[in-house]
Amino acid sequence: MSVSNYKKTARRLLGAALLLGSGQALAERFNFQPPVTPVAHDIYGLHMMTFWICVAIAIVVFGAMFYSIFKHRKSQGAVAANFHENTKLEVLWTIVPFVILVVVAIPATKTLLYLENTSDAALTVKVTGIQWKWKYEYVDHDNNDANNVSFISTILPDQIAASSSGNSARIDKLNTPEHPYLLTVDHDLVLPINERIRFLVTGNDVIHSFFIPQFGIKKDAIPGYVNETWAEIQKPGVYYGQCAELCGKDHAFMPIVVRAVSKADFAAWMTKKKAEAVKAAEEASSNKVWKLADLIKKGNEIYHGKGGCFGCHGANGLGGGPFPALKGSKVATGPVAKHLHTVIFGVAGTPMQAFGKQLNNLELAAVITYERNAWGNNTGDAVQPKDVAAARKAP
Amino acid sequence: MSTTMTHDAGHHEEHPTGIKRWLFTTNHKDIGTLYLWFSFTMFLIGGTFALVIRAELFEPGLQIVNPQFFNMMTTMHGLVMIFGAIMPGFVGLANWQIPLMVGAPDMALPRMNNWSFWLLPFAATMLVAPMFMGAHFMDGNGPWFGWTFYAPLSLQYNHLAYFVFAIHLLGISSIMGAINIIATILNMRAPGMTLMKMPLFVWTWLITAFLLIAVMPVLAGCVTMLLTDKYFGTSFFNAAGGGDPVLFQHVFWFFGHPEVYIMILPAFGIVSQIIPTFARKKLFGYSSMVYATASIAFLSFIVWAHHMFTVGMPVAGELFFMYATVLIAVPTGVKVFNWVATMWRGSMTFEPPMLWAISFVFLFTIGGLSGIMLAVVPADVQYQDTYFVVAHFHYVLVTGALFGIIGAVYYWLPKWTGNMYSDKLAKWHFWLSLVSVNLTFFPMHFTGLAGMPRRYADYPLEFTRFNQWSSVGAFIFGFSQLLLLILVIKCIRGGQKATSEVWEGAEGLEWTVPSPAPYHTFAIAPEVK
Ligand code: HEC
Ligand SMILES: [Cu+2]
Repeated sequence: MSVSNYKKTARRLLGAALLLGSGQALAERFNFQPPVTPVAHDIYGLHMMTFWICVAIAIVVFGAMFYSIFKHRKSQGAVAANFHENTKLEVLWTIVPFVILVVVAIPATKTLLYLENTSDAALTVKVTGIQWKWKYEYVDHDNNDANNVSFISTILPDQIAASSSGNSARIDKLNTPEHPYLLTVDHDLVLPINERIRFLVTGNDVIHSFFIPQFGIKKDAIPGYVNETWAEIQKPGVYYGQCAELCGKDHAFMPIVVRAVSKADFAAWMTKKKAEAVKAAEEASSNKVWKLADLIKKGNEIYHGKGGCFGCHGANGLGGGPFPALKGSKVATGPVAKHLHTVIFGVAGTPMQAFGKQLNNLELAAVITYERNAWGNNTGDAVQPKDVAAARKAP
Repeated sequence: MSTTMTHDAGHHEEHPTGIKRWLFTTNHKDIGTLYLWFSFTMFLIGGTFALVIRAELFEPGLQIVNPQFFNMMTTMHGLVMIFGAIMPGFVGLANWQIPLMVGAPDMALPRMNNWSFWLLPFAATMLVAPMFMGAHFMDGNGPWFGWTFYAPLSLQYNHLAYFVFAIHLLGISSIMGAINIIATILNMRAPGMTLMKMPLFVWTWLITAFLLIAVMPVLAGCVTMLLTDKYFGTSFFNAAGGGDPVLFQHVFWFFGHPEVYIMILPAFGIVSQIIPTFARKKLFGYSSMVYATASIAFLSFIVWAHHMFTVGMPVAGELFFMYATVLIAVPTGVKVFNWVATMWRGSMTFEPPMLWAISFVFLFTIGGLSGIMLAVVPADVQYQDTYFVVAHFHYVLVTGALFGIIGAVYYWLPKWTGNMYSDKLAKWHFWLSLVSVNLTFFPMHFTGLAGMPRRYADYPLEFTRFNQWSSVGAFIFGFSQLLLLILVIKCIRGGQKATSEVWEGAEGLEWTVPSPAPYHTFAIAPEVK
């Protein structure tokens, strides 16, 4: 049976079972999202094969059980037979399942070897799970260094705001086909179609898991490990994934959004991104002295976006639970040096990350300035990129 | 419990009454009762946590709790149900029934028995206490890192020491319970009761007890390493210090996989007692059941990494753990076939224990079949950490382990209280539970296949419908369990007097003593032919 046949039959069967309960039931998804990579296709086939084998086993076992429940009941005058232990039967019901399992194991082994073979990639992307966002680095493209292109992808704050409002009207309004609720980020992961893409997956703080159902990918992002997986996307489109390993408070709020485009579009995007990266690097390392208002404006964006600071310290700087308030905090209103050190190097053993590895000098200067001036922290300090550069070197 | 305590001749020593009776008791029946009430209390607490989860997930958006609190609920639900409800539930049944079933006057080590119970309330308090330690209750200061407490996430938790010591106490209690059970079974069987004549409940518990002794120390080691990582500067699991986060998972699941069999083997035993009774026919293959249990126990030690197929193991490792895992289906299949063959051409009646046992066979098998699907590594890449897994393990733990315990309570309750319970109430409890448990957990297969990850406080809109079904089911299931409480209290208070045999087709030593079982039984060992 071809995959699409399996799919149809499964839909119909499962759909029928639930149609009874709900008029809208057919709109629901009963099975995997449509696969768009060769691996995901193979997995789908394997999944349906095992599923039907399980259905067959269930029919035999439950058939026998319910037959005897209906026929061999005392109220029907059934008298208990007195048979037990039958070597032939017992050997049979040991061997038959064993054989069935071998039948399952063979294609499973084949698919496993296929999906674990990450060689010959045209593009390599390093994926880092960070509490609670993803960092994507284009490491290598057609053997060209793509080192400059890297960005952090964070869920949009309006999604979180709608979620914590608990207001379903607001959520419904936010949810559009282009920007589905909880699956909308500031920067999509852009990838070319019809090319083998290798993902190097790692974690920054705790374990996350890089899960894109339609690619048949799920790889844990573990600190200290670099795991490999791959995909060859067969169709342009937008594909969604979510973090699949509990990683703390905002585990549910670090989606993955992939935009798969043609090779030409990808190349154009890449060129643009490279130019942007060069410009940003220049800007950050220039000795330009920034005005307080400009820093605050930029810092506001980073605090509520790329930096993801709001996820822990709250949109209003009030923190909550294990996360300290920054409004009126000793660090954010005290000596600048301590503040710089905290943000650049993080606080070991706590969720406070070393942002020196994620943000450039300008961005760090901006977000620190923002924290020192927002929510009534009015210190009036304007931290400059060169201060950050100096602090990076400080012990 | 009521006052009907007929004493065996020669056993007229005083025993205290009131609170002291329960604090100082060394009587296996009293201790069994304590365990069972403890288990039920924790079941209601853990169930309340589950209902908070389901209420929050009823629709998209955070209406009731914040994500931190939500994580605390999933964590505490798992911990309380596993260590508070299911495991003590089985130990309670063992305490009541093993001496009665092997014809022993009591457990082999009665004082230790007392201690292993009385550690539990303290352990549970220590586990729950941090929930109330923050400035605001809603901050979620209790454990929030999942019941699997993976490092390095759990190392970010402020009150880790409470958790670690709670686990230590629970572990000590379990190990002592297990030693006691092994000592009782191996030394105190009535003359003539050879190992291969033991009731299957006793057999499955014997094997379970060995599993407990083997793996609880591993769990203790695991939490101790966490403790030293957190407070004493070691780096077992901290990558920045040269440690290995994956090591944590290997150690944890080396405990964790046998642990799931610890929670199911005694239920296998219970069902193997109940089905022959109400089919009025001998268990089809007694010795193959014993061997199947033993092989499952053995295999449970070599499959742990099937919980870790996405951590990036070498392919050879993935293949090994896949093959070993699917192999477990063989002895498990043998068990299911045996139960069905026992019913086959029996003379069945459907009293409440039988209803629970049959639904156990049916629903546990569904959980077993989704287990085979999960064992297939490439497919597991899709299922891992989604609601499909949640559906799977609730089919084996709720409709498996829990249904087993409830079935056992319905089976032996008349023996414990001397009264028959209300059949009508029992039927209501059963049918409501059966329908609602499926309404809760069956749709989770679909949410999982569609790709919804587990432990999510909020979800995209496409998952709404099935989550609503699950939530409605969970509330019905939760409140239905109060019927059991009412039924048990009524049964303790009175009711139609039970005979010693209680059930027409029942066989075994426990049915030879009067109902309620006197405070001291088998002062003179019975003879087993
Ligand atoms: C994953 C959660 C998380 C994120 C994201 C996060 N922080 Fe923190 N932050 C913490 C925690 C936890 C602490 C407390 C550390 C400690 O125990 O000293 C902290 C402490 C701080 C402090 C010191 C506050 C005090 O009074 O002690 C500052 C300043 C700070 N963070 C700034 C930032 C900035 C700027 C960002 C974004 C670029 C950010 N944080 C993002 C978790 C986070
Ligand atoms: Cu994550």
